[in-house]
Amino acid sequence: MNPDTPLSIDAKPLDADIVCTGFGPAMGGFLTTLTRGLQEISETPIESRAMPGLPPQVICYERADDIAFGVSGVVTRARAIKDSFPELNPEEIPMSTRVKEEKLVYLLDPHGASRRPALMKLGDQVFRAVSGLLGLEHDGFELPYCPDFLHKKDGFIFSLGQFNQWVGQQVMMTGLAQIWPSTPVAAPLMEDGKVAGVVLAADGTEVRASLTVVGDGPVGQVSRKLDEQLGMPEGHRRDEWAVGMKMVVELPDHCELPEGLVFHTLGYPEPEIFGFFYVHPGRVASVGIFVPSWLESPVRTAYRYLQHFVQHPYLWRYLKGGRMRSWGAKSLLESGRRGEPFLAGDGFARIGENSGSTNVLTGSGVDEAWLTGTQLAEAVLEIYREGLPFTKESLEAKYVARRRASWLERESKVAENARNGFQRGVLQGFLGMGLAGLTGGGFFMPRPKHDAEPRKPEEFYVGRLSRSEIERAKARAEREGKPLHDQLMDLCGWPAIEYDGQLLVSHQDALLMGGKVQASGEFPNHVVFRQSQVCRTCETHLCVEICSGEAIHVSAEDPAGVPGFDREKCVHCGACLWNCPEANIEFTAAPGGLHSAEN
Amino acid sequence: MPYQIVVCGGLAPDPLQTLEPVTTPTGPGLKNEMMLPAVFDPWASHALYEAANLAKQHAGSTIKVVSLAPKAKLQQVMMTVAQKVPFELVPLDGPIGGFTDAASVAAALAEAIAAIPGLDHSQLLVFGGWESATRGAGAVMQMVGEKLGITEQFLAVDELQIDGGALVIKERIEGGRHQVSRCSAPPAVLAWATGNLPEPANHPQTGMANMRAMMPALQKAKPASLTTALTFAQVALPAVTRETRIVKDVPAADIAREIAEWIKQ
Repeated sequence: MNPDTPLSIDAKPLDADIVCTGFGPAMGGFLTTLTRGLQEISETPIESRAMPGLPPQVICYERADDIAFGVSGVVTRARAIKDSFPELNPEEIPMSTRVKEEKLVYLLDPHGASRRPALMKLGDQVFRAVSGLLGLEHDGFELPYCPDFLHKKDGFIFSLGQFNQWVGQQVMMTGLAQIWPSTPVAAPLMEDGKVAGVVLAADGTEVRASLTVVGDGPVGQVSRKLDEQLGMPEGHRRDEWAVGMKMVVELPDHCELPEGLVFHTLGYPEPEIFGFFYVHPGRVASVGIFVPSWLESPVRTAYRYLQHFVQHPYLWRYLKGGRMRSWGAKSLLESGRRGEPFLAGDGFARIGENSGSTNVLTGSGVDEAWLTGTQLAEAVLEIYREGLPFTKESLEAKYVARRRASWLERESKVAENARNGFQRGVLQGFLGMGLAGLTGGGFFMPRPKHDAEPRKPEEFYVGRLSRSEIERAKARAEREGKPLHDQLMDLCGWPAIEYDGQLLVSHQDALLMGGKVQASGEFPNHVVFRQSQVCRTCETHLCVEICSGEAIHVSAEDPAGVPGFDREKCVHCGACLWNCPEANIEFTAAPGGLHSAEN
Repeated sequence: MPYQIVVCGGLAPDPLQTLEPVTTPTGPGLKNEMMLPAVFDPWASHALYEAANLAKQHAGSTIKVVSLAPKAKLQQVMMTVAQKVPFELVPLDGPIGGFTDAASVAAALAEAIAAIPGLDHSQLLVFGGWESATRGAGAVMQMVGEKLGITEQFLAVDELQIDGGALVIKERIEGGRHQVSRCSAPPAVLAWATGNLPEPANHPQTGMANMRAMMPALQKAKPASLTTALTFAQVALPAVTRETRIVKDVPAADIAREIAEWIKQ
C-alpha cells in the first residue's frame, strides 16, 4: 500500500528531458530509434539531465483519443521503415501486406460532368474510338508504363492507424517513453527566443524539457505557433495542400482482387484529383482521393467527389455490394521541400510532414516522415553521448546535417518543382511531373507568378452555367442552410448519389458509421471565426464547401455571414485553415475527432 | 476514516469499432481483437470515478485498480484512464473480450487482491461494475467477494454515502426501484451500476503521477492463471437494424412519431 498516493495535484510545471508533440510515423521513428539507443548497454549509460540517476524522461503528447486513430492508408516503399525493422513481417500488423502488383489507370469521365481541358476531351474521344485496340475497359485505361519514380514495388500496404498502434505499443513496453493520447498541446513554451517545453491545453500545465520534438502533422498547433514566432526560411512557403479522403471497404463476395494489388488513378472525378485503391488482407480495401489546393473549383467537396469516384465503372465493378467499414479525411501538406520550416533551433527540432518531408513527386510521405524521426533520434543520442546542449548549433550539426546528407534531401530536391505545372493547368501539371521525374529534377515547368486559386462560381462555370442559374443555386443553398456544391454539381450533370445504406451513405452517416466522430465536452469550440465582418464579405465560404465533416455549416441565423460550427462533427482535418482566403479561422488544440483504428 | 478501495475493471473493445465474432483455435473471439482500440470497461469506469470521489472525501484513502487484460493493450488504455483520477494499477496479463469463464476471472482477481501488501479488511471496499460491457455475466464481483470472504455485497449500486462510519448504499432492484441498505463497516463489495458522477476531465499531471508506479508494474505483469471448462455452442452479435432516409421540411414531432412507430414494429 502506498498511503501517500496523491489524490489531488496542482497544475505545477513538470520536468522532462524530451517532450514530443504528436504521435505519427515521424514520432514512431524517433521514439523507436531513441528507446533502442537508450537500452544499449554501455559503460556510461545515458542519464537524465532533469532527473539525474534515471534514464532520460521522454514524454509524447498526442491530440487524438488513441494512438491508433490516424487517418491514412499507406502504400510505401518503406525503405526507412525496413531499415528500422529489417525482419518486418507484415502479418504481425493487422491490415498489412506486401505490394504485389501496381497499376496506373487513367479514368475517363462516364458522365461528361467534370471540367476537362479541350485536349483531354479530345483524347477521351480517341480512347473511346479505339478502345478495342487499347484495352479500354469500363472507361478506364491501364497505362502500359508506370514511371519508376511512382512505383512502390517491394513495399508495403499499411493501415497507418494499425501501424502506429503496433509501433506505439512496442515503444511503451520498453518503459523508456510515455505516449499520452487525448492530450492536446496548446503551444510551445517560449523563453528568450528559445523553446523550453510545451503548454498543455487541458489545464495549462507547463512541461519543461531541454528538447521539444515537434511532429504534430500538417496543421499541428505547436508547428503553427512556431511558424508564427519564427517565420519561414527565405523563399520557403506553404502554398500547396490537399484533402485526402478515404474509405476502408469490406469488399463484396464477388470481388476477386488479390491482396497487395494497388491502383493509382488519375483523370476522374476531376482531372486534378488523384485517386487510389489498394487491397489489404481479409477482403478489405482502402479507396480514396486527394482534392488539391490548385483545384480551381469553388465548390470543393471531397465527400461528393469520393462518392462519384467509387462509382466509376472501372472501380464500381469491384466495389458494388461492398460495405463501408471506416471513413476519414486529413489535410496533406504538399509544398514539399519548399514548405520546409526552420528544422531546428535552441531547444527544439521538427520532424515529419510539417517539417516538409513529404515527397510530392512520388506521392510518398510516411516513410520520409519515419526517416526524419530516426535521423533526429540518432542525433539526440550523439548529443547525449557527447555531453552537448540541445542548442540550434548542435541540432543543426547532428540532425539537420544528417538529413541533408540523406536520400530524403536528394529526392526532395528532385521533387521540389515537380508540381509547378499544376498551377497553370492540369495537362501542364502532368507534363511537368513527367519532366521532373524522368530527368531527376533537371527539367521542370516554371512556376507562374500567380498560383491557381479557387475561382468564383461565375468564373469557374463560365460556358457551363449561366449567372442566373448560379444565383438561384446560391439563394436556394442559403435558404436551405446547405453548402453550394451539391446544387452546382447537379446542374453540371453529376448524377445524384443513390444511397445503398452500405457504401453509399449520406455525409452525416459516414461520420457515424465510418468515422465514429467524437468531441470532448471539456474543451471550448476549437474552430473560431476571428472577425465576423470578414465572413460577411466573403463570397465563396470555401470553409463550408471543403469541410470534411460538414462541421462548418451555413448558419441558420446568418446564412450569408459567419458560418456555424458543430465540433461533434469535426474530424480535425484542418482543411478550413488553408482554404480560408483571409486566414480568418482560429483552429486550436482539442481532443476528439475520428475514432476509427482502421484508417 | 481512510478506505482501501480496490476497483476491479477490465478492458472492452471501443464500442465504436466494427465488432465481428470469429472462432479461434482457443475458442470464440472477436475478429482482429488486438487491433481494435479498447476502453476501460464502462461499468468499471463508473466504479473508479465513485472510488475517487470517496477517496477525496476521506483523507488517507488509497485506490488500487486490479485489471486483467493483455498488458500491451492495458498500457495503451491506461495512458488515458490514468489522467482521470489518482490510483495504482495491479495488472494481470490475460485475454480480453469477454469469452473467459467468469469463475476463473474472479479467482484471478481475488488472488491478486489478496496478495496486495498491507491489505486491511477493516478498511477494504472492493468496487467493480455490476457487469462487464464485453459479456454482461453479472457474476464476477459476487465471486470475488466470496473468495475474499466478504459477505456484505451490493449489486447495481447507484449511490454510496458515509454516515458516521456506516455505509449507506442505494441499489437498483426489480421494478425500476431503489433499495437503500445500511452496512455498519467495511469490508464490503460494491458492484456499481452507473453511479451519479460524470466522467472526470483529463488531468495530465494526475496521469504523470500515476504512471510513475504504473509503468514498472506493467512491465512486471505476470500472466494470470485461468482455467476453464467452458464451451460455447454459439456466438453472435445483437442484430442491428439501420434505415437511412433523407427528409425535408418535416417537423421534429412528426419525425419523433415516425421513429416511435418504427421501434414498435
